[in-house]
Amino acid sequence: MNMTNQLASLGRLTIDFVVGLGRAGLMLWGAIARKPRIKGFPLFVRQLYIVGVQSMVLIFVSGLFIGMVLALQGYNILVGFGTEESLGPMVALSLLRELGPVVTALLFAGRAGSALTAEIGLMKSTEQLSSLEMMAIDPLRQIIAPRFWAGVVSLPMLALIFTAVGIYGGHVVGVEWKGIDSGSFWSILQASVEWREDIVNCIIKSLVFAVVVTWIALYRGYRVIPNPEGISKATTQTVVQSSLAVLALDFLLTAVMFGR
Amino acid sequence: MLTRKIEVLVGLFLLSGFTAFLVLVFNVANVEVKTGNSSYTLYAKFSNIGGLKVRSPVKVGGVVVGRVSAITLDTSELVPIVELSMDKEFNQFPETSSLSILTSGLLGEQFLGLTPGFMDEDIAMLVDGDRIDDTHSALVLEDLIGQFLYSTSSKD
Amino acid sequence: MNHKVPIEPKSLVEVRNLDFSRGEHIIFDDISLSIPKGKVTAIMGPSGIGKTTLLKLMGGQLIPDAGQVLFDGQDVHRCSREQLFNMRKRMSMLFQSGALFTDMNVFDNVAFALREHSGLSEKIIRRIVLMKLEAVGLRGTASMMPSELSGGMQRRAALARAIALEPEMVMYDEPFAGQDPVSMGVLVKLIRELSDALQLTSVVISHDVQEVLSIADYVYVMADKRIIAHGTPLELKNADNPQLKQFIGGEPDGPVPFHFPAEDYQKELVG
Repeated sequence: MNMTNQLASLGRLTIDFVVGLGRAGLMLWGAIARKPRIKGFPLFVRQLYIVGVQSMVLIFVSGLFIGMVLALQGYNILVGFGTEESLGPMVALSLLRELGPVVTALLFAGRAGSALTAEIGLMKSTEQLSSLEMMAIDPLRQIIAPRFWAGVVSLPMLALIFTAVGIYGGHVVGVEWKGIDSGSFWSILQASVEWREDIVNCIIKSLVFAVVVTWIALYRGYRVIPNPEGISKATTQTVVQSSLAVLALDFLLTAVMFGR
Repeated sequence: MLTRKIEVLVGLFLLSGFTAFLVLVFNVANVEVKTGNSSYTLYAKFSNIGGLKVRSPVKVGGVVVGRVSAITLDTSELVPIVELSMDKEFNQFPETSSLSILTSGLLGEQFLGLTPGFMDEDIAMLVDGDRIDDTHSALVLEDLIGQFLYSTSSKD
Repeated sequence: MNHKVPIEPKSLVEVRNLDFSRGEHIIFDDISLSIPKGKVTAIMGPSGIGKTTLLKLMGGQLIPDAGQVLFDGQDVHRCSREQLFNMRKRMSMLFQSGALFTDMNVFDNVAFALREHSGLSEKIIRRIVLMKLEAVGLRGTASMMPSELSGGMQRRAALARAIALEPEMVMYDEPFAGQDPVSMGVLVKLIRELSDALQLTSVVISHDVQEVLSIADYVYVMADKRIIAHGTPLELKNADNPQLKQFIGGEPDGPVPFHFPAEDYQKELVG
């Protein structure tokens, strides 16, 4: 009996997941499938400001500190092998391949993703979305689409800024503080970073994360149960689900890109 | 609806993202913009290339003069063939030059060391498409240890 | 269903034999009504009975289980999205919360639908918006954000937005709920005046009996998933249906019991 119950609930969970995925897919399709309008451009710029510009300080400071910590820890390990010169590639490759896209996506989920969910949830619970519909304006195109594109553009930008600032932070610790020769820091770093292998993959990763995090945030807001509890629950769900999705996808992408 | 301030800040945001991209591409990955055909190609056959990779540097006395552009396997002899993209600036290497796979430091990256050979009236310079015959393969640690053990055991 | 609704030739909206349920919970069971053109029609009933749901069904936001809603002869639920959007340009809705867009000021809120649909120049739009705001007495608030307005003012601003595109029909969702007597009076006056001046067809959903009876031309009373009575305000006041009497008179106990169904009181107390 117990076994049957568990099986049944597992089945229900699976069905719910598939249904949710279908709804989320339809939402995204409705938002971005049709030709974008010229009128939508100011909305997109405004969202770029809210999603991108307002996350800049967070990304900048986090990138700097993570680069510095990475360099400090790396130096302590590498100096044991007498290869502290390799600090450059260590910092740069960790940031480009993993930490840049992943940490940026996690911070983005917490900063911008939760804000998107709360904003759209609030719009739904104050009937602003219904009101748009009654004005014969499709809320998917008016509300969801500009936010989606803003997220997709912002996150890779932020990841690149994060990585560049992080490498600079590593340079500060390695060269200014620990006294590695600046020339060898850069030359070894440059010799080991590949354009195709590292930078392109960094951008691909952050693009994938951008789509997933923004999508989850928008869907959670769009399907919110329109009351305060519903909104707070949806906001939490956005952060939890998009973080998990980012980490799981990161493993998959790493396996495909570097797993060979 | 849009204020000037938002437009300016979004512009700055996109600009700094683009700057970060350029910094990563040119300063970190050190991508060289190829201006026309400023390199020539050489080939070399090794019996073992060890940890040599595409884009590993080719050095003469520590100065980078080119990079590995491709590594393939000779399908008939079943040995690796390395394609070198050499800087046009350094085109005065005699045919007698030799290539060896070296390691920077004890655990460092491997690179190609080019040792220029002697020059003579009869000896031509290496030009595009030539092959360097005098090559020394990578030292493989396991082989060395094996040889060492063999030589010590045979003395007994 | 013993109330035969006469199908008036001049009706703008026809609701025919509508069934609607949420999951297991039946909300409407075979509802029919008609909204005459250019009149104020009220739909009354106790709270939680799904009056707002009825408006959403009429606006095509929800799809009924059975039955149809005809807007000017066209079935709202059996037409393309484009046709539905064209119908919606002819109707508008005043939401209970006002539903003003919180990220723009009052002027832009009112101008929103005009900018989207009318294709008029910004100069003309400005004039129209100021006229609409003047009509609801809020021209002075044009540059304020919705959060700076009181609840009653928000609802008036939303009303200005609702009539911006000069619709044929406005649906009011609980326009009087939670208003102080003064703003209630203002809203009652506005709805009546707008209806007369613009030849608007108005649908008012409310449970505020006195206000509704004072402005409505025709009233439907809903209870228990059905329409229990309809007629002019005078007819309803003189009706002898006990359920209706309780609702209109506001008596605490009657056919609608004061107590939620429970086990026997004495038995539950003593055990």
